[in-house]
Amino acid sequence: MTGRPAPTGTAAPRATSGVPAIRMVGIEKSFGAIMANLGASLEVMPGEIHALVGENGAGKSTLMRILGGLMKPDAGRVEVNGRDVTGWSTNDAIAAGIGIVHQHFMLVPTLSVAENLVLGCEPKTRGVVLDYNRAAEDVRKLSADTGLVIAPERLISDLSVGEAQRVEILKVLFRGAKILVLDEPTAVLSPPEVRELWTVLRRLRDNGDTIVLITHRLDEVVELSDTITVMRAGQTVARIKTSETTPAEIARLMVGREVSLSAGKRVQPIARPTDVRADQGLEVRDLCITGSHGVRVIDGISFSAKPGEILGIAGVEGNGQTELVEALAGLRTVSSGHILIDGAEITRKSVAVRHDAGLSHIPEDRQRRGLIMEYSVADNLILGLQKDFAKRGVIESDRVMENAVEEISAFDIRPANPVLAVRALSGGNQQKVVVAREIGREFSVLLASQPTRGVDVGAIEFIHKQLLEARAKGKAILLVSAELNEVLALSDRIAVMYRGKFAVVMPAAEASEEVLGEYMIGTKKGNAA
Amino acid sequence: MIRISIPFLFAATGGVVAERAGIVSLTLEGFMLSGAFAAVLGTNYSGSPWVGVLTGMLGGLIFALIHAVATIRYRADQVVVGVAINLMAIGVTRFFLKLFFDSSSNSPRVAGFGGNIKAAGFDNPLLWLGLLVAPVIAFVIYRTPFGLRVRAAGEHPDAAESVGVSVKRVRYAAVAISGILAGLGGVYLALDQHQFTDQMTAGRGFIAISAVIFGRWDPIRAAAACLLFAAAETLQIQLQGSHAIASQFIEMIPYALTIVALAGVVGRAVPPAALGKAEA
Amino acid sequence: MTAPAVTEGVAKPTFSGAPWRERAEEALIPPLVALLVALICGDLLILSYGQSPAAVYRLLLEGTWGNAYGFGQVLYKATTLAFTGLAVSFGLRAGLFNIGAESQLAAGGFAAALTGLALPVGTPLILALPLCMIAAGMAGGVVGSVPAYLKTRFGAHEVIVTIMLNFIVLALLNWFIAGHLHVPETLHTPEIHAGVVPRLSDISARFHGSAANLALVVAVVVAGAVWFYLFRARGGYDLRAVGLQPAAAEYGGISVGRVWLRALTLSGMIAGMGGINYVLGYKHYYEDGFASGAGFMGIAVALVGRNHPIGVLLAAFFFATLSQGGLAIHAFVPKQMMDVLQGVVILAVAVSVPEVRRILRGARRKSDV
Repeated sequence: MTGRPAPTGTAAPRATSGVPAIRMVGIEKSFGAIMANLGASLEVMPGEIHALVGENGAGKSTLMRILGGLMKPDAGRVEVNGRDVTGWSTNDAIAAGIGIVHQHFMLVPTLSVAENLVLGCEPKTRGVVLDYNRAAEDVRKLSADTGLVIAPERLISDLSVGEAQRVEILKVLFRGAKILVLDEPTAVLSPPEVRELWTVLRRLRDNGDTIVLITHRLDEVVELSDTITVMRAGQTVARIKTSETTPAEIARLMVGREVSLSAGKRVQPIARPTDVRADQGLEVRDLCITGSHGVRVIDGISFSAKPGEILGIAGVEGNGQTELVEALAGLRTVSSGHILIDGAEITRKSVAVRHDAGLSHIPEDRQRRGLIMEYSVADNLILGLQKDFAKRGVIESDRVMENAVEEISAFDIRPANPVLAVRALSGGNQQKVVVAREIGREFSVLLASQPTRGVDVGAIEFIHKQLLEARAKGKAILLVSAELNEVLALSDRIAVMYRGKFAVVMPAAEASEEVLGEYMIGTKKGNAA
Repeated sequence: MIRISIPFLFAATGGVVAERAGIVSLTLEGFMLSGAFAAVLGTNYSGSPWVGVLTGMLGGLIFALIHAVATIRYRADQVVVGVAINLMAIGVTRFFLKLFFDSSSNSPRVAGFGGNIKAAGFDNPLLWLGLLVAPVIAFVIYRTPFGLRVRAAGEHPDAAESVGVSVKRVRYAAVAISGILAGLGGVYLALDQHQFTDQMTAGRGFIAISAVIFGRWDPIRAAAACLLFAAAETLQIQLQGSHAIASQFIEMIPYALTIVALAGVVGRAVPPAALGKAEA
Repeated sequence: MTAPAVTEGVAKPTFSGAPWRERAEEALIPPLVALLVALICGDLLILSYGQSPAAVYRLLLEGTWGNAYGFGQVLYKATTLAFTGLAVSFGLRAGLFNIGAESQLAAGGFAAALTGLALPVGTPLILALPLCMIAAGMAGGVVGSVPAYLKTRFGAHEVIVTIMLNFIVLALLNWFIAGHLHVPETLHTPEIHAGVVPRLSDISARFHGSAANLALVVAVVVAGAVWFYLFRARGGYDLRAVGLQPAAAEYGGISVGRVWLRALTLSGMIAGMGGINYVLGYKHYYEDGFASGAGFMGIAVALVGRNHPIGVLLAAFFFATLSQGGLAIHAFVPKQMMDVLQGVVILAVAVSVPEVRRILRGARRKSDV
């Protein structure tokens, strides 16, 4: 079924029944201060589709990178088809039939499909010259065999996301992969593309390949997989047969606490202040944003977030949420439409002007956007507020310190040292610095994007509390989160973002995981403009 | 004019290879200079210019390896290392100039190739080599597996690593090639003038980089740029007597053109995506 | 093998009690390593000449710090290097590589010369010097602003633009001098009388014969101003933020493009002002080519000085000592040795900065928990 014979090298022996295709035990891996894997394990039987689930940051990608030879574990054992292969290289893994399809495509944009496919195992004529004809042939043959059709000459930069993914899959099959690992493959696909992929995966499985599917989409897990391994905080917490469990059970294992999938913890409706002007809060009208390739990333969105309410935006990542928040924050240009804060138009205004107009922003990428890692905690607490802490161009360091001490104690930031470089803090504490700063300033509209990503449980509770307090004080809050339970727990109204538009906007009381889920994957279309 | 273009052709082609693989090549000047000196050293002590060619290539290679180790293994900043290499080349050549030839400015005369003025240099094998080097390298880059890996390493090293290509090894090879080629440029220069003089490359390495950029990192286009710049220099020499346009302005042409290319006034010059990044 | 963007896992906090110590270690160790490497190379080169390293080093110190003339020469050379070093380090703090310090220096010197020539002969120094300095700064600033503009508007990389501009500006200045302004048989302007900076030898006879002049004081003052701007002024906060993480700076409301423009223009201004050392303090005329090499050495100084004004002053002093020292030991070992050593030092620092950081951070991680 593969386009060419498996490359020479340690070829995978035909798996005998009973011997796991993959067996990883006690895997540990740290990156500096971050412990990505802490006693993780995985056992995958041959010829099955095995789902590896967990929230963002649970350690799934790292585990698979270790399997694929992109990195070596600090401790633990890796076996493939019964053979100990701990610490092997990518070349060894490829030769043994492991193929990883990465979440962020590993394709060279300026090269063609055929060139990307043969990179590293190029066919040659007379030993020196690259045989382009043969490469193109190989691509076509593989396309025909697998049903993943793509023209060999096309440049990667010209392909759509779904097409690029097809190339990624072809790439691993080309090298004779019998064990495929797909990392969040449907995160960026449209529904018809998703269905197509599921068909491909089932066909591969039926042909005897083994598939590990990393995902955090429950519907995928339920529909496709035979067995599920759940990871949380770097560890493996469960291994179960799909047929013997329920979505609720899986979600509970993923998150580690009771997560009601229907009416769960809800915010108490609060009395809206009656003297609120009609134009207060955040208003967005007919917003359009065009991304690369001329694609409409945001396709005519209109909504508003009123003072004293949290508007939650749910949705699978990659449907335009990031771009929407960036545009609202002033970090991305808008093609057309209007953004207003308290009635003032800020559509094309700079970040500084937006701050003055009352906008605060907790960014989804704190280490890149929200904090300057080499700066101290105190200096980070005034990022965006320099002019409030400077007199005649000179920074007033005593006031900066005062401010830092106050906020460190109010937000319980640890270690409580204002001159420490913020890179020395844990993820949760770093996020607290960002939250302290953004909530501590004068604002009327808050954009909170993935506010608890990569944050430990205690800090999560704290941040949620802060958001609710801001709401009680009459602020308008836009909460964008990939964690459905967070959105369900905190929002007054919930919108589901799908392909650059709101598929639906509904009061939180009417929402549930099932209902929202259908809008999130596009099976249901709704009423929102 | 052809003669003037040869050093540019060698160096620029070498620069294309290294930069396509993702390593900044401000060092061409230093490679050329060391190649020139090594060539004179070799020719002087052996009496044969061919030995000089070999030693010249070696001279360029040695500095290229220093550059490669510092930037690839130690991930030092490529621009800074580039400046350091150029300075070291000046210093080392000066030092050995004094040590071997007891002079602060120039070496004794050595044999070169050809020398028959009427033949306009075409009896110099290096000249032919220089004219051929660009098409050969173009073939390598676009039609061989190595060239494919070079291009991948310079645009998306992660993708290359993920299929088992050792980006480090590719880059070492690319830098080594650039050292050898730029060294040959220096060899040609020195043997053509039949001696080595202090800092004789006089900025030619930077003109070569300009050609690389102006040629949008394509060997043939870069070669065309080299010819263009060589034409400018020829023009400048011929204008030296007359006062039609001051020669300094002609001198500026390659540099001004490069800035224009970067600013995208005549179509953007986009470098390889991973150029200069310390990763992988 | 590449490390992925770390988005997973529970962070283990690491910290040591004294953040200053961490930063100091990472800052100071590379230059010291470089010094060590230079010493070793120096030993080898000296030995290859059949001389004794100890004797040569003693001679070097005597010739540089041991007598007033030598010391004066060191101070003089250090002054120019301080200006270019401060200029380059200022740009680097904003994440920008200013390789054009040489042409900015030359342009500044040229402007100072023109101003000095234009002013009437009897103009008091209090008036003439600032005017010349302003002219020098503005000329350097103009040259510096070009790459800044091209970068913000077109995304053109400043490294190449500054290198190219170097050649262009120097050619232009050459044209001015060769064509119009030179004293016959030379490549320099007529002698300047207004705005001349007094030499150290005018103050203390011990410095007789050396070129050291009060431009040195200006350099120190400028270093102080740079320090204040970078670490105390709001503009400096913004500038360093842009240099460290432009995405975060943008998020924090800082206009990255404006900071770049400011950084390179100021960087050019600083380099330009350095022109007064030669033009007003030493020769009292502008001479074509006086700036030769000062730009690249400025990069070395900025690097070894770890982009900090105090470090830059020390590094400038160090490199000036090497340069002057080469002359002092010339009878025994060719001064070209110093050229080699300078390159070695830069390379050593360039390599050790990331390496030291890696080792130190690895060691700190193991010791915590």
